[in-house]
Amino acid sequence: MSTPLLEVKDLTMHFPIRSRGLIPRTVGHVPAVDGVSFSIGAGEALGLVGESGSGKSTTGRLITRLHEPTSGQIIFDGQDIAGWTPRQLKPLRRDIQMIFQDPYTSLNPRHTVGEIIGAPLEIHKLVPKQGRLRRVQELLEIVGLNPEHYNRYPHEFSGGQRQRIGIARALTMQPRLLVADEPVSALDVSIQAQIINLMKDLQKEFNIAFLFIAHDLAIVRHFCPQIAVMYKGKIVENAPREELYTNPQHGYTRSLLSAVPDMRQAVVGGRRERIRYTGKEEVVTTTER
Amino acid sequence: MKLNPPLPSTGATASTMGTEPRNVVLSRSPRQLAWARFTRDKKTVVAAVIVGIYVLLAIAAPILVALGVLNPYDNNQDLIANDSLPIGAFGGISWDHPFGVEPGLGRDTLSRIWFGLTFSFAIAIIGSFFAMLLGVVFGIIAGLTGGWVDYLIGRLIDLTLAFPQTLMLLALSSTVLGILTTVFFIPEGDLARAAYVILVLAVFGWVGVARVIRGQVLSIREREYIDAAKLIGASPMRRWFREVLPNLWAPILVQGTLILPAYISTEAALAYLNVSVQQPTPTLGNVLQDAVRYPVADFTYFIIPVLVLVILVVAFNLLGDGLRDALDPKGSR
Repeated sequence: MSTPLLEVKDLTMHFPIRSRGLIPRTVGHVPAVDGVSFSIGAGEALGLVGESGSGKSTTGRLITRLHEPTSGQIIFDGQDIAGWTPRQLKPLRRDIQMIFQDPYTSLNPRHTVGEIIGAPLEIHKLVPKQGRLRRVQELLEIVGLNPEHYNRYPHEFSGGQRQRIGIARALTMQPRLLVADEPVSALDVSIQAQIINLMKDLQKEFNIAFLFIAHDLAIVRHFCPQIAVMYKGKIVENAPREELYTNPQHGYTRSLLSAVPDMRQAVVGGRRERIRYTGKEEVVTTTER
Repeated sequence: MKLNPPLPSTGATASTMGTEPRNVVLSRSPRQLAWARFTRDKKTVVAAVIVGIYVLLAIAAPILVALGVLNPYDNNQDLIANDSLPIGAFGGISWDHPFGVEPGLGRDTLSRIWFGLTFSFAIAIIGSFFAMLLGVVFGIIAGLTGGWVDYLIGRLIDLTLAFPQTLMLLALSSTVLGILTTVFFIPEGDLARAAYVILVLAVFGWVGVARVIRGQVLSIREREYIDAAKLIGASPMRRWFREVLPNLWAPILVQGTLILPAYISTEAALAYLNVSVQQPTPTLGNVLQDAVRYPVADFTYFIIPVLVLVILVVAFNLLGDGLRDALDPKGSR
C-alpha cells in the first residue's frame, strides 16, 4: 500500500460555547472531535460508527471542510488541506464530495433536478453549456433514475429517489473521495439496501474512496472492510471488520455490538447479555496493514 | 376533485439547461403547484376576486373624477333638510346618489368613498412598501450576519414594539409635520399629512416583517442544500441569490398581503384621531370619521363606509391566509 488518498492526523475540532449578548465571549469549548487519526486509500471504504454526538458527523464535515478544524492535519493526495482558504479549496471541491443524511433538506425545493445536478458543471465550467443536459441525463441514468426527469422538482420524488439525486450531484465532478454522512438512515429499510448497493457499484466502477458514517452496524459491516469506532470525539478502535465483529477489543465496541438486536436470540427466547460501557479504557487499534 | 389537472410544463428549465427538451415530461414547478392549490381553495379565490375589484375601483376613481362622473367635492345643499340631514329615506339614496349624500354638505357619498379608496390604497401601499423594504432588508441582514448585528437589530425591534405608538404619534404629529415641510420640502397640507402616515406605518410596521424574514433566513441558512452548494464550490453570492433568495419570495408575498389590509384600517384609525389626510380630500378613514357622528340619525351614511372597509379588510386577510396555505402548505419544507 503506497501513500493513502486521505490521511487524517490528530484532527481536533472544539466548538466554542459563546455567551449571549452584545459582545459574545467564548466561555468554554465542546471537544466534538478530539485527536482523530485514520487513513483511507484510493477506492477503499472506511466505516465510521458511533453513537449520536460521538463526533462522527463533525469528522466528515471537517474532511469536506464545511467546518474549520481547530488543529490537526487533513492530508488529501499529499497536501494538507486543513488550513486552506475557500479560494484554495475551490478546485479541490471536485475531488471531495459528500452525500447528506436527509434527502428532504439536502435538495433545494426551488430548483429542478437538472439544475441541482448541473450546478457543479456550471460553477466549475467543466462542460460547455450545450453538453450539460447530456451529462445530467447520463448521471441520472447512472444512479438509476429516468433521464427524462431532469426538469422535475425534488418534491416529485420519493426519499430513495431523492437520495439518488443527491448521489448524482456528488458524482457530477467525478470525485475521488465521497463522505457519506448517514446516507441511508433517513430511508426505509427496503430502500436502504438499494442505495447501499448503488454506492457499492459506483465505488467499484469509478474507484471512489468512501468515508461511510453510520450508526447502523449491519450496514457498515456490509459496506466497509475497515471500521473505526468513535466515542466521545475519539476513535477508540480501528480494525478490519471481521476482527472487529468477532473479537472487539474495546469495551465501547463490545457494548455497541451487544446493542444490535439478534434475530436468532429472539427465536431461542430469553435475553442476551447487554454490555453497558461505563469506564475508561485504553484505545485499541488493530489494522491489517 | 382533480388532483392532477394537465398543466403546460415550463419551458424555463429547458432554456436554462441550454438545450431543447427532447421529451417533455409532465412536471409541475413549486409555483404551478401553489397555483393549483390556490385555485382549488374557493374561499381564497372569492377573496382574490373581491380584492381585484377593489383595486380596479381604486385605480378607476381618479379617472372617473377627472371625467366628472364622480363628484366627491361638490356640495348639494338642495338635498339637505333644515336639520342638516339628507332629504329622503335611507340617507337620500337616489339614482344620482346611489349611496346617498353626506349630512351637512350634501356631497355624494359614493364618490367620496370611491375616491377615498384611492387615497387609502395609495397610503397603505406606499406605507407597506417601505415597511416591507425595511423589514426584508433588516430581517435578511440579521439572519445572515448573526452575532452582534443580529443582536442590535433584535433590540431595535424590541424597542420599537415597546414604544407607546398611538400616544407618541399624536404628540409628535405637529413636530414631525413641521420637519417634513421645512426640511424635506414636502408641500404643507394633505401631502405632508399623507407622508406622516406613511412614515408612521413604515417605522412601526417593519418590525413584524423583519422578525418573520429573519426567522426564515435562519431556517434556510441551516438546510443541508446550502452546505451542498458550499461543497460544490458555489460562491457566497451564488449561494445567497440562487439558494436562499428563491425560498424567501413566498413569505415576503404573504407578509405583504397581510400587512396591506392592516394598514388600510390603521389609516382609518389615524384619520379618526385627526392625524391622516384631512377633509375635503376623501380617504376611507376620514369618510368614516365623519360617518361615525351619525350612527342613529343617518344609519345608511354610517353603515356603508363601515361595510366597504370591513369587506376590504376581510377579503385581503382571507387572500393572505390562502396565499400562505398555497405557498407553504407544510409550514416550511
